[in-house]
Amino acid sequence: MKCYTPVIYKGLSPCKPNAIKSAVLQSEQVQYVIKQLAKEMGESPDIIQEEAMEILDEMGHRMQLGAVRFFAFTLSKIFKQLFQRVCVNEEGMQRLQHAIQEHPVVLLPSHRSYVDFLMLSYLLYTYDLALPVIAAGIDFLGMKIVGELLRRAGAFFMRRSFGGNRLYWAVFAEYVKTMLRSGYAPIEFFLEGTRSRTAKTLTPKFGLLSIVMEPFFKREVFDTYLVPISISYERILEESLYAYELLGVPKPKESTSGLLKARRILSDNFGTIHIYVGQPVSLRTLASGRISRCPYNLVPRHLPQKPSEDIQEFVSDVAYKMELLQIENMVLSPWVLVAAVLLQNLPAMEFELLIEKTLWLKGLTQTFGGFIEWPDNLCAKKAVLSGLTLHSNIAGLVDGHVVLNDKGVEDGAVGEIVFRHALAVLMCATYRNQLLNVFVRPALVAVALQMAPSFRKEEVYSCFNFLRDVFSDEFIFFPGISLKDFEEGCFLLTKCDAIQTSQQEIYPTDKGSGTVSFLSAMFRPFVEGYQVLIRLNTYIPVVNNAYKPRRLKSQLIFRYLSKEMKEAFTEKQFIPAVRNFVFQLLEKGSTQCYEALSSDMQKNALSALVQLGAVKKKKTPNGFTYNVNQEAVGKILDMFDARIPVQKPVAARL
Amino acid sequence: MYCCRLGAEWLRSKRPSGKGSPGAGQQRAGVSQCMPRWPRRPKASWPGSAIVWPAELGQELLKWNGWGYNDSKFIFNKKGQAEFTGKRYRLGGMVLPTFKEWIEKTFGASLEHKTTSRASLNVNDVPPPIVNEEFLQDLRATKISYSQDAEDRVFRAHGHCLHEIFVLREGMFKRIPDIVVWPVCHEDVVKIVELACKHNLCIIPFGGGTSVSSALECPEEEKRMIISLDTSQMNRILWIDEKNLTACVEAGIVGQDLEKQLAESGFCTGHEPDSMEFSSLGGWVATRASGMKKNIYGNIEDLVIHIKMVTPRGIVEKNCQVPRMSTGPDIHHFIMGSEGTLGVVTEVTIKIRPVPEYQKYGSVVFPNFERGVACLREVAKQRCAPASIRLVDNAQFQFGHALKPQVASIFTSFLDGLKKFYITKFKGFDPNILCVATLLFEGDREKVLQHEKQVYDIATKFGGLAAGEDNGQRGYMLTFVIAYLRDLGLDYYVIGESFETSVPWDRVLDLCRNVKERIVRECKEKGVQFAPLSTCRVTQTYDAGACVYFYFAFNYRGISDPIHVYEQIERAAREEILANGGSLSHHHGVGKLRKRWMKESISDVGLGMLRSVKEYVDPNNIFGNKNLL
Repeated sequence: MKCYTPVIYKGLSPCKPNAIKSAVLQSEQVQYVIKQLAKEMGESPDIIQEEAMEILDEMGHRMQLGAVRFFAFTLSKIFKQLFQRVCVNEEGMQRLQHAIQEHPVVLLPSHRSYVDFLMLSYLLYTYDLALPVIAAGIDFLGMKIVGELLRRAGAFFMRRSFGGNRLYWAVFAEYVKTMLRSGYAPIEFFLEGTRSRTAKTLTPKFGLLSIVMEPFFKREVFDTYLVPISISYERILEESLYAYELLGVPKPKESTSGLLKARRILSDNFGTIHIYVGQPVSLRTLASGRISRCPYNLVPRHLPQKPSEDIQEFVSDVAYKMELLQIENMVLSPWVLVAAVLLQNLPAMEFELLIEKTLWLKGLTQTFGGFIEWPDNLCAKKAVLSGLTLHSNIAGLVDGHVVLNDKGVEDGAVGEIVFRHALAVLMCATYRNQLLNVFVRPALVAVALQMAPSFRKEEVYSCFNFLRDVFSDEFIFFPGISLKDFEEGCFLLTKCDAIQTSQQEIYPTDKGSGTVSFLSAMFRPFVEGYQVLIRLNTYIPVVNNAYKPRRLKSQLIFRYLSKEMKEAFTEKQFIPAVRNFVFQLLEKGSTQCYEALSSDMQKNALSALVQLGAVKKKKTPNGFTYNVNQEAVGKILDMFDARIPVQKPVAARL
Repeated sequence: MYCCRLGAEWLRSKRPSGKGSPGAGQQRAGVSQCMPRWPRRPKASWPGSAIVWPAELGQELLKWNGWGYNDSKFIFNKKGQAEFTGKRYRLGGMVLPTFKEWIEKTFGASLEHKTTSRASLNVNDVPPPIVNEEFLQDLRATKISYSQDAEDRVFRAHGHCLHEIFVLREGMFKRIPDIVVWPVCHEDVVKIVELACKHNLCIIPFGGGTSVSSALECPEEEKRMIISLDTSQMNRILWIDEKNLTACVEAGIVGQDLEKQLAESGFCTGHEPDSMEFSSLGGWVATRASGMKKNIYGNIEDLVIHIKMVTPRGIVEKNCQVPRMSTGPDIHHFIMGSEGTLGVVTEVTIKIRPVPEYQKYGSVVFPNFERGVACLREVAKQRCAPASIRLVDNAQFQFGHALKPQVASIFTSFLDGLKKFYITKFKGFDPNILCVATLLFEGDREKVLQHEKQVYDIATKFGGLAAGEDNGQRGYMLTFVIAYLRDLGLDYYVIGESFETSVPWDRVLDLCRNVKERIVRECKEKGVQFAPLSTCRVTQTYDAGACVYFYFAFNYRGISDPIHVYEQIERAAREEILANGGSLSHHHGVGKLRKRWMKESISDVGLGMLRSVKEYVDPNNIFGNKNLL
């Protein structure tokens, strides 16, 4: 048996999980809320205390070394079956080891798969580091035995939403903070809140982050380390599941029998996992000079206090910063490049051309700071081939051409064909998406160059700015530094000779037109998809009067919004309705934008409209409802429209 | 300004170069004439401090470039053992066998690497005085003694901040007072202030010179003649009122003289700041001083009944001497803490108490600092704090231990060994974690014993073990000699300072931990090669919080600009204190050292309120030491 003696926080006084629970229950914070609630509801505090105890029992972990060992044993077997290799940056693990001894540590991994936290715990165990306690969704508890096992391996569970329940919030926050303050174990949670179905980093959630930052704000700890961790998969375990889900086939509930059924994937090969443990970031350093200390000094620290605007802004900045660090360190496999090229050359692409383009894209990605796993001695052909082998479910080689593997049912109905194709496109897109956040700044400059009526810098910038706002939920931008992003984009484009800049103007070079086109083609699905999703209001008249397919292309979703959605609607109504609508368009062949079927894009577009003020979001007892401001929607469309020259797919020019 | 700690040489001022001032003898005769005769009560020794009082203070008693008396200092003797010289303190003449090892271990300092201060003041370096001849003529007419002598002026150009002492040892101040005047009574002060107003000059009041807030430093940009108004000759007790238990005292009297003279009549004020050997009554008022035994006697604001202050607008005082009055905001509170920016305090009526019958030291060992703080909190909650209760952390406990003198007999050392065995082995206290509370009880013998039991009972609940009187007494002695230690450190590349704050109970532990940690980190970042000494103690308890005192010192070998580095670290430590919900100062005051945080501390409006008072009282900024605001 492995001798497991992890390094621990220097200030730790060892305690059992149960001791933590009773400390939480007895804490001033929780007691205060209990008393408040008792007063308000006219109940006896004992009853509420009991309720709190139940919450704690539901939530709390029971980390036991036996369970951990059991897990480690089974996991190592399973992982060996599934994956070829797991690569870790050793120096990152060493830095982590130091950090854990020095201050409380918060691990912030990216979230692409359920494998994430299992793998990370396994890894820490293997490296003799303290096992993290993990915030996991409460749906895991539904799984018999496994839920309990997870609990014993150190998972604690949180309800998906508990904003309204003060007792739950108090107990949960105090539980997390108690573990953090005592340095009991590293705390691990996912900034993205849920697994990203698209492999694009999701915009961060702030709740848990602000909880773990609070002990520092109140100076209950000297400092807290935030450790961004990037986990990337050559092939994602849930890839097809995600694609189905995005197309509206619901996610299966977590259940043990489901897990057993998933056994069959064991015979499959999922390639390599790369884990990059980033440099621990000191919260104290981040906060220095930014946080006014007054608000925390004037109220007893155990009282629940709504964070000031300063603090909220700071928390959000930190969240974005951490995600950007995750993105920066994310390892990209050659297949990601292949997928990006392939998607621009559907339905089929010559194998040799694909290799050539992939190699070219590799250079470009590296110029943009992408972190590609591509051994020096590996020739391009081999790299592409091994990617194709690993992902034979997505694409294959037919007669010297690479084609998407979307022929599930021969001669199916039109709808069936569209669905199969969409599935393949979305799966392929999942891999291309891993590139997007590395490319987004230069690419949006490229798109803006094509949108803008002239090459004048201000006009390009204002287009860029518009795009950045529209896509603020789609890609990760650090809040409020639009100009800096623009300059970075321009710099990177200049670096690869795609553009030249003068005092007033930015223009593509002859040599670089290929790059610019490629970049804008890469983001075309989003530009088009959003327009599709935004444009529904003008759609019906267009169809009735004169059918203009070229114009239609850039007109999909927003049309829908103002035609169909006169009344207030909910997201639950919106998504299927839009999906059906886009589906019809695809069947008719009036658009090729399969990615507009993705519920992820639909949600992001809706929230972008909310942020741009074109849709009003209202809170009602049954959740949120939305109201469309048609005029504003029209305006946004004009901005897209008036400036985007309708042209043939740029990929053809490549 | 007047300051709460006072440095030196107040007696040298009896050698003014102006027209003959009354000699010391006459002064004292004056006192006794003014004072009614009081029946003397017998009294064996001075309560409260470990000091053996000198029979008579002579001239040239105090160091010019360091703390305290010339004859009292730490040295390494021929055997290389540490020794404290002189006979003034209980530690005097004793060998401290473990001290050298401690200093080497703690600071990485070595006796071979030594710096030396200049032997004496180089008069040629001293900036030439700015002279206003008309003022001098007027001054001569008043017969008030004065001096323009370089040594006298330099002596009053500084307090006891580290950077000030460093300048004395190795450099020179850019601006110093141009003249020193010695008023002997309230009327003299009135005349001086009038003359200063007439000629538009700057006055900086000087009491004991023990400031640790840069309050005595002259503003470099001050172009007017700067008058250092030395209050040391205003040192009489004017009267004692036994029925109301008050005494009216001139503000220049130094703490130890005040207590000594009151003791002759069987009374005391009980106000004992650590600097009480040198600091003056006026300085206490001007900085809102706090004394060690405030639990019985109160802080200066509780002790003062009446204040007379001379300002450019005239004299400010109340019309009666009453325990309390409701007549709008208390004007005393404009004066207390004004740090010499409004005027000169000349006479103070202060509460007195009969000298306590019995006094007893004590100490308690706690397994760790957390338990100790919890115990102090409980003691404060039950409002049963002894005259003084202090909790030192482990580093300071070891520090105190290093100052343990050689024991005389084998029996004592055997007992010590036994004690140590009991605490560390039998009770399982970790010698590197445990901490010690020191106690001082005062009052009727019976009540003291009762009180003692109550406190020890509480301590037991928090895992405390009684650790004897001796340890307690040594703890208090440490506070009196620690200022001397800094001078020793300076000789061996070790610089250090103390600073203080007050903080609510629930944040005490976090503040102590974070500030100490911040110091260690800042040192590392600034290139300090050896880990610093970063230690704290809880020195006062209140209902709602505590006063925390930090010592911080490091070995600066290898650093080109140690003072700058030191100041950066001190500043970071203060930032940390504020971020942890601590105050800017509990009793040292603001001076010029901590001015930058005043706005944050008392808000814009608050600062405006203080400014408007200054504006009215002193529109021409005669009291232009630039403190506080």
